[in-house]
Amino acid sequence: MMNQVLSKNVSAALVAQMSYPSPLREFLSSFSNNKGALAGFCFLVLMVLAAVLAPWLAPHDPLMQFRDHMLQPPAWQDGGSMSYLLGTDEAGRDILSRLMHGARLSLVIGFSAVIITLVPGILLGLAAAFFPNTAGRLLMRLADIMMSLPSVLLAIAIMAVLGPGITNAMIAIAVVGLPGYMRIVRASAMSELNKDYVMASRVSGAGVLRLMFIAVLPNCMAPLIVQATLGFSSAILDIAALGFLGLGVQPPAPEWGTMLATARDYITSAWWVVTFPGLTILLTVLAINLVGDGLRDALDPKLKRAA
Amino acid sequence: MSLLSIQNLCVRFGTLEKPFLAVDGVDLTVTQGELLGIVGESGSGKSVSMMAMMGLLDGQGTVTADQMLFDGKELSSLGPREKRRIIGKDIAMIFQDPMTALNPSYTVGFQIEEVLKVHLGMDRKARRQRAIELMREVEIPDPERRLSAYPHQLSGGMSQRVAIAMAIACEPRLLIADEPTTALDVTIQAQIMDLLLRLQKERGMALMMITHDLAVVSEVAKRVVVMYAGQVAETGRVQDVFFHPAHPYTRALIESIPESCRGSRRLSTLPGIVPGQYDRPSGCLLSPRCPIAQERCVVERPELIRYTSRAVRCHTPLIPLQELKS
Repeated sequence: MMNQVLSKNVSAALVAQMSYPSPLREFLSSFSNNKGALAGFCFLVLMVLAAVLAPWLAPHDPLMQFRDHMLQPPAWQDGGSMSYLLGTDEAGRDILSRLMHGARLSLVIGFSAVIITLVPGILLGLAAAFFPNTAGRLLMRLADIMMSLPSVLLAIAIMAVLGPGITNAMIAIAVVGLPGYMRIVRASAMSELNKDYVMASRVSGAGVLRLMFIAVLPNCMAPLIVQATLGFSSAILDIAALGFLGLGVQPPAPEWGTMLATARDYITSAWWVVTFPGLTILLTVLAINLVGDGLRDALDPKLKRAA
Repeated sequence: MSLLSIQNLCVRFGTLEKPFLAVDGVDLTVTQGELLGIVGESGSGKSVSMMAMMGLLDGQGTVTADQMLFDGKELSSLGPREKRRIIGKDIAMIFQDPMTALNPSYTVGFQIEEVLKVHLGMDRKARRQRAIELMREVEIPDPERRLSAYPHQLSGGMSQRVAIAMAIACEPRLLIADEPTTALDVTIQAQIMDLLLRLQKERGMALMMITHDLAVVSEVAKRVVVMYAGQVAETGRVQDVFFHPAHPYTRALIESIPESCRGSRRLSTLPGIVPGQYDRPSGCLLSPRCPIAQERCVVERPELIRYTSRAVRCHTPLIPLQELKS
C-alpha cells in the first residue's frame, strides 16, 4: 500500500521533471523576480492606459483655454480647484488633460521611431556581420561617423533639412539611433557566426538568407530587445528635446517637451507648469529603463547565471 | 569505386605574398561503407581539410585541388545550389562541441524536421513521424516529449545524439565526425562511439572519424591517415600503421598515449608544437621535433612515398623499406 503510493508519487515526479518549462514561463518567472522592473512595467501599463483612454478619461479638452482660470495652482494648493487637478498653464489649459494627451504623442512617436530604426538596423547589422570585408567595413565606418556627432545636433540638422513636424521628428530620431542598433546586431551576429550550429546549418545546405534570418537572427534577439527598450526611452527624451527646441511637435499640440518649452518663463512664479511635464518625462523614462534592465536580466542567460 | 577522392588538396590562409599553407597537398580516398580515421595533433589541418572539401571556407582561405570527386561529381565545379543539394544530404557532419552545435533558439524537433523539410520535402506529419524514428534510432528515451525540448534543456550527450540524428536524417552516404566525443565525459564517449559504429554498419555509410583518440581509431577504423602540419605523414591499414609505425611522428603519437607508458615514471611526450606560419622549417616539417632527424631532414623536404598498402613521408622510415615494398 505504502509502496504503491510511493511509486505513484515517484512516477508523478518523473513526469513533472520531463515536462520542460516553456520559454515564456521561464522568462516571466525571472522577470517578476526583479521588483524594479515590475514596478516600471506597472507604471508603463498605467501610462499606456492613460494615453489610450485619454479622450474619455481626461477631464478637459487639452486645447481648450479657460481664460478665467489662467495659471491656477494644483488642487491641493490654495486657490486650486478639483476640476483642474494639476492646475492650468499660462493659457488656462488643464495640465492633467494635456499630459494625458501628450502621452499619446510621446509613446506613439517613441514606439514608431524604434520600429523605424529596428528594421534597417537589423538588415544592415546582419549584412555587416555576414560580409565583414565589404559591407561590414563600409557600414561600420559610416556608423562611426554618425556616432561621432552629438545625437541632438544630428537630429537638429536632419530636422533643419526635413522641416519641423511629427513625422520628420520620428525620422530624425530613427536615423540618430540607427548606428547603435547596427553595431549591436553586428556584434552579436558575429559571435553567433563562430558557433558550430551555424556551421552545421551551412553543412546541411542552408543559404545565406536562411542563415541570416532563421539561424542567426533569433539568437541575437535578447540584446536587441533590451536595446530597443532603452531606445524607446531615449526616443522619448529626444522628442522632448526637439519639442523643447521648437523643432519637433508644434504648439499648441500637447507634447511634453513643447509644454516644458512654453512653461520655461513661469519657473519662478508657477512651479506646477514646469514640474508636472518634467516629472512625467522623468518617470516614464525611468520606468522604461527599469523594464529594460529587467528584460536584460531575464533574457540574457549569462547574467541569469551570475545573479 | 571510391566514394570520395581528393587529390592534392591545398588550403592557403593569409595574404597572397605570404600565404600560410594550412593544408599542403593532401590526398584522401574513402570507399563506400568504409571507416577511415584521421589523427594528428591540434593544428595539423584535419578539420580544415574537411571544411575545404565541403566548401565551408569561402572568404577565409583559398582552396585548390587537382581533384575533389564525390560519387563521380567534381565538387569544386558545382554551382552553389547544386553543392548545397549534395552537402547536407549525401555528406553530413557532426561537430565537436554538442552544446554549440544546436541552435539555442529552436526546439530539437524543429531542427531535425527542418533538415527533412528542406532536403526531402516531407509533409508535416511525415516529418514528425520521421523525427521521432530518428531520435529513437539514436537511443534518445521518450522522443515524443523531447521533440519540444530546447537544446539548453538537454545534457551534452543528449545534444550530441540529437546532432547525430540531424546528420543522419537524410541518409547520407558519407558522415564526417569531427572529434565527436572530445567534449563528452568518458562513459558517454563510449556510448556515442558505439552508436556511431552501429549506425555506420547498419546503413553502410562511409564514416570519416577525425579524432585525437588513437585508441578508438585503432579499434574501429580499417584505414588511418596520420596528419602533421597540413601534410599526410603516414597512411595505411590500422594494423600496419599502429603496430609497425614507419614514421617517427606516428610512433611519437602512439608512445604519448598514457597507457603505453605503463611502468615508466614519466609520460612520453613529443617536445615542441606544430609549426605555424612563421616557423615553418625548410626541410622536413617534423625535423625540429624529430628524435631521429639527420642533416638531410633539415635541408630536404621528404615526399610522400607510396608502398603497396601504405604511404610514408620520411627520409628514414623506422622499418626497412624493403619490407614495405613488394
